Amino acid sequence: IPVLTSFRSLAPVKHGAVAAAVPQTNLRRDCRWYSVSHLSVKERIDKKRTAALVGGGQKRIDAQHKRGKLTARERVELLLDPESFVESDMFVEHRCSDFGMEQDSNKFPGDSVVTGRGRINGRLVYVFSQVQLHNSMVSPDFTVFGGSLSGAHAQKICKIMDQAMTVGAPVIGLNDSGGARIQEGVESLAGYADIFLRNVLASGVVPQISLIMGPCAGGAVYSPALTDFTFMVKDTSYLFITGPDVVKSVTNEDVTQEELGGAKTHTTVSGVAHHAFENDVEALLNMREFFNFLPLSNQDPAPIRESHDPSDRLVPSLDTIVPFETTKAYDMLDIIQTIVDERDFFEIMPNYAKNIVVGFARMNGRTVGIVGNQPKVASGCLDINSSVKGARFVRFCDAFNIPIITFVDVPGFLPGTAQEYGGIIRHGAKLLYAFAEATVPKITVITRKAYGGAYDVMSSKHLRGDVNYAWPSAEVAVMGAKGAVQIIFRGKENQAEAEAEYVEKFANPFPAAVRGFVDDIIEPSTTRKKICRDLEVLASKKQVNPWKKHANIPL
Amino acid sequence: MVYPLPRQHCADGTAVLLCNIVSVETKCVISQCLCIVHVKMADEAVCVGPAPTNKSYLNMDAIMDAIRATGAQAVHPGYGFLSENKEFAKRLAAEDVTFIGPDTHAIQAMGDKIESKLIAKAAQVNTIPGFDGVVKTAEEAVKIAQDIGYPVMIKASAGGGGKGMRISWNDEETREGFRFSSQEAASSFGDDRLLIEKYIDNPRHIEIQVLADKHGNALWLNERECSIQRRNQKVVEEAPSTFLDPTTRRAMGEQAVQLAKAVQYSSAGTVEFLVDSNRNFYFLEMNTRLQVEHPITECITGLDLVEQMIRVAKGYQLKHKQEDIPINGWAIESRVYAEDPYKSFGLPSIGRLSQYQEPINLSKVRVDSGIQEGSDISIYYDPMISKLVTYGATRAEALARMEDALDNYVIRGVTHNIPLLREIITHPRFISGDISTNFLPEVYPDGFKGHQLEADKRRELLASAAALYITTQLRSQKVLGSLRVPSSPIECNHWELCVELGEGHHSMEVTKSGNVYTVEVDGGKVEVSGQWNLASPLLPLTINGTDRMLQCLSRDASGRIVLQYLGTSLRVLSKLAAELNSYMPEKVPEDTSSILRSPMPGTVVAVSVKPGDTVAEGQEICVIEAMKMQNSLTAVRQAKVKNVHCKPGETVGEGDLLVELE
Repeated sequence: IPVLTSFRSLAPVKHGAVAAAVPQTNLRRDCRWYSVSHLSVKERIDKKRTAALVGGGQKRIDAQHKRGKLTARERVELLLDPESFVESDMFVEHRCSDFGMEQDSNKFPGDSVVTGRGRINGRLVYVFSQVQLHNSMVSPDFTVFGGSLSGAHAQKICKIMDQAMTVGAPVIGLNDSGGARIQEGVESLAGYADIFLRNVLASGVVPQISLIMGPCAGGAVYSPALTDFTFMVKDTSYLFITGPDVVKSVTNEDVTQEELGGAKTHTTVSGVAHHAFENDVEALLNMREFFNFLPLSNQDPAPIRESHDPSDRLVPSLDTIVPFETTKAYDMLDIIQTIVDERDFFEIMPNYAKNIVVGFARMNGRTVGIVGNQPKVASGCLDINSSVKGARFVRFCDAFNIPIITFVDVPGFLPGTAQEYGGIIRHGAKLLYAFAEATVPKITVITRKAYGGAYDVMSSKHLRGDVNYAWPSAEVAVMGAKGAVQIIFRGKENQAEAEAEYVEKFANPFPAAVRGFVDDIIEPSTTRKKICRDLEVLASKKQVNPWKKHANIPL
Repeated sequence: MVYPLPRQHCADGTAVLLCNIVSVETKCVISQCLCIVHVKMADEAVCVGPAPTNKSYLNMDAIMDAIRATGAQAVHPGYGFLSENKEFAKRLAAEDVTFIGPDTHAIQAMGDKIESKLIAKAAQVNTIPGFDGVVKTAEEAVKIAQDIGYPVMIKASAGGGGKGMRISWNDEETREGFRFSSQEAASSFGDDRLLIEKYIDNPRHIEIQVLADKHGNALWLNERECSIQRRNQKVVEEAPSTFLDPTTRRAMGEQAVQLAKAVQYSSAGTVEFLVDSNRNFYFLEMNTRLQVEHPITECITGLDLVEQMIRVAKGYQLKHKQEDIPINGWAIESRVYAEDPYKSFGLPSIGRLSQYQEPINLSKVRVDSGIQEGSDISIYYDPMISKLVTYGATRAEALARMEDALDNYVIRGVTHNIPLLREIITHPRFISGDISTNFLPEVYPDGFKGHQLEADKRRELLASAAALYITTQLRSQKVLGSLRVPSSPIECNHWELCVELGEGHHSMEVTKSGNVYTVEVDGGKVEVSGQWNLASPLLPLTINGTDRMLQCLSRDASGRIVLQYLGTSLRVLSKLAAELNSYMPEKVPEDTSSILRSPMPGTVVAVSVKPGDTVAEGQEICVIEAMKMQNSLTAVRQAKVKNVHCKPGETVGEGDLLVELE
């Protein structure tokens, strides 16, 4: 019995009812009765449905719980609104006929993945939830393909992805899989490729979210990698191309699963995952919250939720938040949280490339994407990681009609051989590219420094920014006063005097304002009010890029 | 007039305002650690230096420059810093600038605790037995302590406000106390002289406000009861005291006036007494400045002390006679501190006030503060956020107002002591007036643990959290502007929830009609209604017909809700989520017995160990100074030091790793 699940989604049945109906000792026997021909079709349907719902039986469910994990069906149930799940392909079984797989005892309705559609706060979503089996818990018969991806498994996932694209609704994948099903060989590989293709085709059409809730290794990792957001559960989920054993034999590195591909690694070092949560329950509840921010498809507008926060609320504390000394740091999150609705900011990648802050919030109820340089970390300069992090986020917003609000305090790109050898030119260009091609409403607020090329990059007027504001503390210039004076007045006396002159001339918003590169110099306390009004106007913005097969972002 | 800000976070805004009213042009000096409110209130502001006080508010040269630059004719020194500094008063006199306060000789006489005691004795004021001289070494301190008899109090000769003050019960503590007090005295007052006196166990701290002019007239303006203290710093004060009878009050008042006259005192001053359970009172010290808690005296007497000080400084005679001084009603002051009340009744906390709203919309509430939303609470100053004063015709009325005011006070971004303040003012012992300076350690022998909920209050809290949770869930379904209509509109008005509160799990059933939630929980039914504005930090609810002010401190997607109503953190989950949550593993917290982390943000003053040393249980490992308090961090067990991650002079944040043990 491969389907390690509980049985709760049988909508009208209360928890526990089915367990009572199917005595546990008979489970295996029940399953083998599928093909017993003396049963009527009706009886056979009921048998199969029950088998699919009860999954591995209470013992397996307990084993899963013991690991601190929920079963595939429990996950779906918690993620979706009560009684909203509509399952598809419950009767699908694998078609492998090698290695004794063709025996009925090795066939299971549903084949190790639960798929279907449901609603989150009333809004449509497609879901698949993989069923991971642990070798220790599986009898010899089943060890061989517990939880692995078969052709049938892949086919089920592809089916709901196709439907999601047809009707325009997001796909959430709850990944917990042991990799390819070796017995099926190339069919399993083909299954992966089928999913990858759909991930790519759906990209930019409907939001795709992966929640990694167990191991995910080998080729399987590329499906999450192709989706828009990858979230992980701490301590129980791993993502890697090859596990520690292979790593040891190839590179002779000693590394644990957690160090190689745990949630901490991917949310702080590699940037593969966008957020990590404490456990399954927290992760799923947070998915519901996150889902509220997203439009259903690229044909739908950004959602507007009822807001209790006045759109014309003034924020007096912003008038004093930027320190007088240009070298002193402050926390960009303080600015973001006071401006957005109800201080509610869902940060994406909060622990990776912290010199840029990205995430979702609402302005007067409407979802917006926020991008901000973080002066607190590395002075908020742009480097390879922050450029890539920012670029991917901006492109998601642009693909799904989410207005982008950019807060700029950037001293430039990070210098050094590490950055140059790593290709900061190529990677920095991604952020520039992303802002330039975006046609959603773009509002920019320069809070302090906007120096050099980084000024251009950060959603400047020149990249079709719709509304560009400067705070009185803004300095739009090629570089800081000290550096500039050293170049302009090289070897001359009176550097200090020249510096003072430079500061007077350039370290303020006027050079940009007189040229119309910023639309207005605003009191910081009025920022929220102004942005809310602008967003109302820009809601009907229409802008189209030239026709192309697809653009060629510098990857 | 130049008005140096007394403390960053608790300057007397009222005083500044007053000067405007009597049409005195006000100027204030500020450090770079900006104090926006005062700058706004003052006509002119001058920056006297960077945030550390010895470079700004204690920097006389800078302040003198400010006085010259602004052409000020008078200086009100506020409290703390230079307010009792005779050098400063002298320098002002030399430049012909009026010091709004007593004459130099009075500051000198009363500022020195040894001399003040001698003068008090001579003026026939009751004094505490003790050693009338400066203690030079730790060994000498031990000898004197033995002569007087334990317990003894070691305190800075120049000090005040509990700084540089230690109680000692044995020789060992005397040695340690001597060292700490002299260090603290040196850093706070620039004067490390100490004195020792008999420590009166379980006393009340009651002080008399005096007001004297330059013509030999002096009045006593009744008492202030300041017994609720932690680490010898006042937390809650009231005027009048529940403990004094008219006879004792008059005796104390008259002695205070005698003392003031003995030193030809002019301006406002405070004579502090310790009062034992038999109403014997002993002179403690005289503060030759305006006290932090002066507003409560203003409330019950109707006198404006700062105005009086300015009049006296100008040379006018007092307008009032002793028989003109009334006790009208009752006033209470709570000192709202940025500190964690769950750690030794308050360890400093720093941060940015992300949200800040004073309850000044309530009647008969006065809030003196020097901060606003967005201000930083820094390690450089006293952690006081504000003084919250309420007034009423009776004590009960003033207390009820205080409860309201505390419930309506919005502070986010720093940990604050409002939960503790609320507990104190609602505690039966406090309400009955049965208090002493040992109130906090006696009532909370194991430290303050937050409010212990009675069953009905717990039900109210659970019901409120559940109602708030459902409100947010329902709001999530209100998506506007969608191009699609949900196939089956979700209509639900009955929920089964489970709320975790501390260790307890409470299942409940909730039904909703209109804005009213009916919650069945723990065998009781609670009705909760409200406006449910999810953006507002305040949550005014009607619970079973009674109006309550709750505050939602935070809520997250995982159902965690922190409500400030008797201050509690809860987690609301749907029945299903709660059931599944029971399978989630407990994460093992970090083993803290072998690491020492900084309990608060501050500066490392001393590190007493190096790697390889063996420390005994209770041995000092290092000393952290924060907000001018020195805190000794000790080993929790015997161990060998593995690594030291800090060095003296370094600034550390809360939770920073200091020392690793093996």
